[in-house]
Amino acid sequence: MSGSLLAQAPPSVPNTLLHVHVEYSRLLPEIILIVGALAILTLSSLIRRRARPGLWSFCSTVVALASLAASGWLWHEVDIHGQSLAVRGAVAVDQFSVFIMITIGAALVLGSLVADHYLRQEGLDGPELYVLALLSGSGGMLMGAANDLLVLFLGLEILSISLYVLAGFQRQRMESGEAAMKYFILGAFSSALFLYGVALTYGATGSTNLQEISDFLARNVIIHNGALLAGMVFLLVGLGFKVAAVPFHAWTPDVYQGAPTPVTGFMAAAAKAAGFAGLLRVFTITFATQRTDWQPLVWVLAVLTLVVGSVLAVVQQDIKRMLAYSSINHAGYILIGLQAARAEGIAGSLFYLLAYTFMVLGSFAVVTLVAGRGDSAHGLETYRSLSSRRPGLALTFTVFLMAQAGVPFTSGFLAKFYVISAAVKSHSYALAIIGMLTAAIAAFFYLRIIVLMYSGPVAAAESEEPSSGGGVAVAVTAEPQTARIIIPFTTGIALAIALAFTIVVGVFPSPVIDFARHATLLH
Amino acid sequence: MTTLTTSASQFPFLTVLILLPVAGAAVVALVPRSRVELVKLLGLVFSLATAAVAAVMLYQFKLGQADYQFQTSHVWIKSFGISWHLGVDGISLFLVVLTAVLFPLALAGPKVHDQLKAYTAWMLVLEAGCIGTFVALDLFLFFVMFEVVLPPMYFLIAGWGYANRVYASLKFFLYTLAGSAFLLVGILTTVFLASPSGHVTFDFVELQKHLLTGATGKWLFLAFVVAFAVKVPLFPFHTWLPDAHTEAPTAGSVILAGVLLKLGTYGILRFGLGLFPQAAVDLAPLLLTLAVIGITYGAVVAAMQKDLKRLVAYSSIAHLGFIVLGTFAFTSQGLTGGVLQMVNHGLSTGALFLLVGWIYERRHTRLIAELHGIQKVAPLFAGVFTVVMFSSIGLPGLNGFVGEFLILIGTFITHRWWAVVAATGVILAAVYLLWAYQRVFHGVPTGDNATFPEMTWRERGVMLPLLVLIVFLGVYPKPVLSRIEPSVDRLVQHVQVATHTHQPQVAQPKP
Repeated sequence: MSGSLLAQAPPSVPNTLLHVHVEYSRLLPEIILIVGALAILTLSSLIRRRARPGLWSFCSTVVALASLAASGWLWHEVDIHGQSLAVRGAVAVDQFSVFIMITIGAALVLGSLVADHYLRQEGLDGPELYVLALLSGSGGMLMGAANDLLVLFLGLEILSISLYVLAGFQRQRMESGEAAMKYFILGAFSSALFLYGVALTYGATGSTNLQEISDFLARNVIIHNGALLAGMVFLLVGLGFKVAAVPFHAWTPDVYQGAPTPVTGFMAAAAKAAGFAGLLRVFTITFATQRTDWQPLVWVLAVLTLVVGSVLAVVQQDIKRMLAYSSINHAGYILIGLQAARAEGIAGSLFYLLAYTFMVLGSFAVVTLVAGRGDSAHGLETYRSLSSRRPGLALTFTVFLMAQAGVPFTSGFLAKFYVISAAVKSHSYALAIIGMLTAAIAAFFYLRIIVLMYSGPVAAAESEEPSSGGGVAVAVTAEPQTARIIIPFTTGIALAIALAFTIVVGVFPSPVIDFARHATLLH
Repeated sequence: MTTLTTSASQFPFLTVLILLPVAGAAVVALVPRSRVELVKLLGLVFSLATAAVAAVMLYQFKLGQADYQFQTSHVWIKSFGISWHLGVDGISLFLVVLTAVLFPLALAGPKVHDQLKAYTAWMLVLEAGCIGTFVALDLFLFFVMFEVVLPPMYFLIAGWGYANRVYASLKFFLYTLAGSAFLLVGILTTVFLASPSGHVTFDFVELQKHLLTGATGKWLFLAFVVAFAVKVPLFPFHTWLPDAHTEAPTAGSVILAGVLLKLGTYGILRFGLGLFPQAAVDLAPLLLTLAVIGITYGAVVAAMQKDLKRLVAYSSIAHLGFIVLGTFAFTSQGLTGGVLQMVNHGLSTGALFLLVGWIYERRHTRLIAELHGIQKVAPLFAGVFTVVMFSSIGLPGLNGFVGEFLILIGTFITHRWWAVVAATGVILAAVYLLWAYQRVFHGVPTGDNATFPEMTWRERGVMLPLLVLIVFLGVYPKPVLSRIEPSVDRLVQHVQVATHTHQPQVAQPKP
């Protein structure tokens, strides 16, 4: 922020303390999260005895819901009063930022609900995880609203630092610590690159304010634009890291696998939403004039992300690693929307992010339940004949996986359809076809798990006889049955919400599509 | 959802035809797994109810009308111009009826021992998808239905198939989805280019008003055709078919051959010809050649098969080649024959797969070499097999003859040499089927073949409707042809107007 403020100050006047008017109401969703997080922290230190189980999850859910309500109010306000800037142009108040707030708010609600049972089961119940999640959510929301590269960086750091800690939250498990370490080192590196990109962009355009950068670029033609190009590339790398775009994805499988499962779900949803919010605003609006420079780069990123994500997911034997690669594949789709660089692409990406939030949190909620105590049973074989143990859970997971695969009448299908149609509209036919082809590959590994869930125990599956013809009831199960899966109340609610959203939006998508279409960016 | 056109308080046949099986699947899913009999009953009831609705629709279908009937149109996704637009004309009518007839038979015919509940639910979802594909008049809806069909079929093959089912189901799935990739991009491009300026629409009828020609039209036509050619399958996109058909459970094979392959030929006919007539005419030699290759290649390879089911599978490639041949002849006869042959192939190959499935249930083998002299111990079974086989060969008096004859006439008028080569396919069909029959049914039964059980009453009940239809369509195809023809004539007209061509006049019989 200071960069823009300094730039605005007339050169003759010495730098005096500027009185910045802060429109707090325009930052209400973030403020609620931060105040809520601090309140939870204070409350927890005031309570001497062990708190009632579930109290912190409840508090966190309430805070997230309040933030969601505030987002809804803000949407209404923006609709009435129009888009505007706040905090001396550092923050954009537009439907786009509110959409991101709502997406992250939804991720927080679902994440808080899912985390409750997990923490109790692991004996980690306490306010810390919720506080960190709420704070990281506020960072993500700030990224969505940032109208200044430095505010974007602030949001990125708030989001990331909380996530680093969250990834290593399960202290007893080595993998969790390893995940946190990897995420931290690579994340810090990418933050540095991002900051360097900010510096180069500032050098090339004279401002860090997105509005001013785009004004400058619209009015001037930079002949020696090396610094600007390098700046754009570094910004792309920094944000590309957060959204797990190939080739900046190396951390994803390890971190997704090692982090506590509910955290993984939240990370997949919120970090992606925030990272893409930054990418979409910076590239489609600020660098709109430089489109011919960055579009080919994003094209290559999108293709790499789509192909690597889908192909490597096929060979994974661990569900969390598989979902990690699948999230890379999803990032590729959202990059298609970015590459289109037009209103449809932005709306498509937003729709995708919202739909993905529910799909992925639902999926990881199921993974959390199936993994059971210790959060370690993540082999694909764990899912064999899940349908005979928990038919309802298997059916729910089936819906989430099908949605991720893009089967019609789920939100995932329309999300893919939306970004692909944006690509076609901007004449990126090759990208659209590549996207659809990787969807075919991706569909395979989702369906494989579904088949596994609905197939009988090992002995029956290996037999040469057709399962329809033999009629031999194979009652013997060689492997020991895993402990009975309990579906706790809170996780049940989260699953129901995610399931309902995935199916209802899949069948009647109009309201959400209109919602995404109205989520326009401030120009 | 707001109603755009209410078809004068008419019963929404098509919506019901799609939703009834879906409702059935939902009800089946709610039944406890242990109630196997109830699941079986519910599956039958819902598929029979669908068949009944289809029958009433067939009865109410107005003769002599070329336009879509029973149309319903509701806005679905307004901002994309997508609507729930359904309609049926002579081209799709009998495909819908065929689907509605085959599903109860496929559910009743083969025995399923394992996970009957999931099996029945998937079958019903599959039925909804198939019917939806045939009646969709909105490109988005068509694509959705075209895709909805895939997962159930994948699960049916992967879950209830034979030894090599994992490989076969995967191959089927990847091939078809890869084709769909081109279809979706093709649909979107068509929609963006052909929509009237100002608003995007996926409505097929609207899009047909602004046809895309030139290189754009050709590329888009190819994008559509690739997806459909995989589904048909047209040589050289056919390699998934033998595996999928052979490894699928019997009901899966029946539906796969009987209905699913027609999604491809129907797609070419409706959307390929409907949206890109110029490109279709320009590229007809290519497709005719591929069709003829498919006919001869499929037949020759079928003759060499050791596995009875694989033989039937390869025969499908040959038969579907005929349908594509008739389609790209661009004559009323060829197209009418093509549409009729879609129905015929569904009946005869569906029946063949059922019979082969029952042979497997009895003998646990499908190898021709291990089967011998069945005619002696199961004469009725052999008799039914004979009729169905002759229908597949195209013996006059049975349904297959009418379709193939019309196709060959229609092609001969415009593309003589292709018709000549294709005619060898008829002979080759006799070769591989009769030869197989001879080896399986003739001679003295030995070993396990000597105790080959005769047809059960249930099997007779399943076969009876198929045999009736096979004979009826062979002897008196007029009621069917007179319903197909107006729509086909309109399509031919559409192609001719768009391409400034004329189909050669043939002598009409005096009234």
